[in-house]
Amino acid sequence: MTVVTKNGVSNGVSNGVSNGVSNGVSNGVSNGKHSPHVRPVRAFQETFEPMPLSASIFASVNYMFLGLFGVIRDFLRTNKIEKVFTASEDPEMKGFAPLYDDFLSFYHRNAFMRIIECLTRPLARAPGAVLHIVEREFSNAGWVCKYTGKILKNVVNLGSYNYLGISENKGKSTKVVIEAAKKYGVGICSPRREVGNLDIHSELEQVVAEYLDVEASISFGMGFATNVMTIPSLVDKDCLVLGDEHNHASIATGCKLSNATIRRFKHNNMEDLEKKLCDGIAYGQPRTHRPWKKILIVVEGVYSMEGSITNLAGIVALKKKYKAYLYIDEAHSMGALGKRARGVTDYFGIDAKEVDVIMGTFSKFFPGQGGFIAGSRAIIEHLRADSAIASYATSMSAPVCQQAISVFNMLSSTEEGKKKTKQLAKNCRMFRQGLKKAGFIVYGNDDSPIVPVMIFYPSKMLGFSREMLERGFAVVVAGYPATPVLGSRVRFCLSATLTDKQIQDALSAIIDVGDLVQMTYLKGK
Amino acid sequence: MDVDKLWIVNEAIQSALQTPYHVIFEGLLVIWILRLIFSKPHKIPDKEEKLTAKEKKELVDLWKPEPLAPPVEKTLAETRPYRLVNGQVGKNIVINGHKCKNFASLNFLGLVGNKRVDDKIEKCIQNYGVGTCGPRTFYGTFDIHLELEKKLAEFMGAEEAVIYSYGFATVLSAIPAYAKKGDIIFADEAVSFAVQKGLQGSRSKVVYFKHNDMDDLEDKLKQQEKMDKKDPKKAAVVRKFMVVEGIYMNSGQICDLPKLVEFKYKYKVRLFVEESLSFGVLGKHGRGVTEHFNIPISKVDLVIACMENSLASGGGFTCGRHYVAGSQRLSAVGYVFSVSLPPLLAGAALEGLKISEENPEIFARLRQKASFFQNLLKGIKGIKLVGYPESPCFHLRRLHPVTPEKDLEFLHDVVDKCEKNGICITVATRTKAEVLSEWPASIRIAVSVQMSEKCLKEAAKVICHAVKEAFAEQRKS
Repeated sequence: MTVVTKNGVSNGVSNGVSNGVSNGVSNGVSNGKHSPHVRPVRAFQETFEPMPLSASIFASVNYMFLGLFGVIRDFLRTNKIEKVFTASEDPEMKGFAPLYDDFLSFYHRNAFMRIIECLTRPLARAPGAVLHIVEREFSNAGWVCKYTGKILKNVVNLGSYNYLGISENKGKSTKVVIEAAKKYGVGICSPRREVGNLDIHSELEQVVAEYLDVEASISFGMGFATNVMTIPSLVDKDCLVLGDEHNHASIATGCKLSNATIRRFKHNNMEDLEKKLCDGIAYGQPRTHRPWKKILIVVEGVYSMEGSITNLAGIVALKKKYKAYLYIDEAHSMGALGKRARGVTDYFGIDAKEVDVIMGTFSKFFPGQGGFIAGSRAIIEHLRADSAIASYATSMSAPVCQQAISVFNMLSSTEEGKKKTKQLAKNCRMFRQGLKKAGFIVYGNDDSPIVPVMIFYPSKMLGFSREMLERGFAVVVAGYPATPVLGSRVRFCLSATLTDKQIQDALSAIIDVGDLVQMTYLKGK
Repeated sequence: MDVDKLWIVNEAIQSALQTPYHVIFEGLLVIWILRLIFSKPHKIPDKEEKLTAKEKKELVDLWKPEPLAPPVEKTLAETRPYRLVNGQVGKNIVINGHKCKNFASLNFLGLVGNKRVDDKIEKCIQNYGVGTCGPRTFYGTFDIHLELEKKLAEFMGAEEAVIYSYGFATVLSAIPAYAKKGDIIFADEAVSFAVQKGLQGSRSKVVYFKHNDMDDLEDKLKQQEKMDKKDPKKAAVVRKFMVVEGIYMNSGQICDLPKLVEFKYKYKVRLFVEESLSFGVLGKHGRGVTEHFNIPISKVDLVIACMENSLASGGGFTCGRHYVAGSQRLSAVGYVFSVSLPPLLAGAALEGLKISEENPEIFARLRQKASFFQNLLKGIKGIKLVGYPESPCFHLRRLHPVTPEKDLEFLHDVVDKCEKNGICITVATRTKAEVLSEWPASIRIAVSVQMSEKCLKEAAKVICHAVKEAFAEQRKS
């Protein structure tokens, strides 16, 4: 089903159709007044083509065969007919309860190991527009790995999170980072609250706050840990968290550790979110019916496996109507969306101050390591005092901070940043259109730099990845448990450094391999 | 009894014997009625009355949420501002504008600012850039990560090592990768915050035992054994773990590893040891608490450590037998769903390992200096020193605590006075979210192998003087 919205003046969300805002960008007020700072955007178009019936039947058959062969091979292995490559438990551990659940280890032995050659491909140099992959040879259904000693050079990179192509670090920016490494060293060995608070951290936080046009920001040493330990600082057991069903594992872990009640709403579905908000407030906490202390809506800017963009306009309208708070994880959207690359708020033309908590990472488009939270001064000072990472975890390494500062400065003050954002947006559209024309099932939003293309069959993942590598393209295939069981896909991450020629070559290679592997499910429709 | 009545009874019995099914059926009915009379009444759950749209709207309008965070003024009034450091956090540190000798950061082997490490970092930045742009499974694995994992496994004498991109996230992800809902974990009550979060994230039943008290642990293990005997089928599938630290961050004490290994095999409980402070400190070659006690590392199911202390780099690692360590690559959230360790940090850690291997006497020297410094500080009046005698990380507490707030104020005062006199120390951070919130406040001292004896003597003098002054001031107020 396709959801299309028309440009125009909004009258809020309450008349929305099932999967989106029905009248363009919402201004958050339900009586139809048009707020002057909101700019209408292009049609908010997302596609999630349903799985063709034939694919669902045969993919299930595929899994049955995998399972059957798995059982046969396990039998051969137990009876020592086949050589065993799996590690086995120490004989001294007899009598201990088994360490692993049967199903996951069965899946690992008999399905996951078969596609291991597409995953964990080691690189020999910085990932840029092209990769230098260390070649490996696999045998015995993925169990035996040998390094051939060769390096596959200049493989076009369609898999790394390198949206603005800044990873290669040549020239001036590398020098600045090296100087920072010499001045500060890399080790800090102390958390922010003790003696790990460097002047460069404050500089980075200032730069982030100015870039996003918010009151303040705070930086942490790891993006994953930022989500995990910030959510518990904001909500507790008397709070309700409404999260999108496709939220990242770090958000799920953070919500679990906070002890708040978690309810998931259907992906990007404003009606479902509204119903859960309304019912949440009306019925209160389970059993006691006491009112919730706070309600926090947690979503992502761009979803990394679906390629969709969150319907921020709709969510902001709802959060105002129901007095909830909004937390957005902009790991994949900061630097990739919006005319000024400020992320999803820039894309929708919504003031960043309307979002209570903006979370981002420095690992995707900067690239480096670390995360940040941006928001009002009250929230940031509270996190400085209360966040477990600031209290117990080592602070961010100085050269990594410097890298992030250099990139922010480049984006906000030079033309180079604007050029890169434009090129990325152009690449996204060209790539998606090419794939759709060829008949692939492409998920997500037209403007998102993440392009998932559905494969469905677990065995086709291996074929697709191998064939693409032979043609000189590095792709990322994802299957269970990162996606639903029948939702295996190849996920392309586009970059501003890809030239038009590279995109055209990539498209023809993908169409070639897609035909070979029979992935063009919509061909001829 | 009359003959007639007897005859009636006799007839009744005779007729009953002729039609036994009748009797059986009626007997069953009687039993059923008795059961119904004596059984508890079954409550029908009331179906919640659904609210109308109008009622919901009214409740929504009435609802007032709390602010997401307390007001700025309140937060600022209740917390101390961060101390500002300019430049390197090495042997010398410039903190809040004061030039000090650093006894606060866990730079045990003095690798911060080491020339060889700095050169390696420069090479890595030039070759790999800063970030890896992807998690380990999706083009985030570099040859330097594989080299580091191999080197760590070799160094520790383990079969396999798995590296994570952040020390805090290592133990937070490693424990839930094995312990799930329904399992049981026996943990020391003084484990650090990251371990506590790992335990919480696992959703297992956590049984805390008194800090370093092996008798208390054994009691609890015996209790569990008794419960297991009642339901052996369930016990056969419920996994049990013990989680301890090599050197405890919160007390500087060392765990009793030989006893723990004995319990492991006696009570069939797997052993995880968190070695962030003991890795690169204990043992002849710095391999940690297993080497210190001469116990083969294969006896410990998983060693979890971080490279942010002794190796003065970033990230963390776990190591153990292939069978145990390997599964983290598929099931540990912090490994699978996070971007991998920046190559410059991996390079720094590799160089740090090589330097340690080339200079194995560094570990004994570190412990000797730690011991020396502890002896200098033991004599300070009014202060109690807590920690294993050779641990370079130990705590100073008030000998006679007053109230938690006054004690904390006193300790901060000591820290401020030392800072003004050129010695940088720190109060051990604790938050309300800790499991053991009544744990006494303390100053955590960290000794680096770079400190000379002269420097240690001067530092001890400064700390002693600061403590005296702080006591005097508190008595006046």
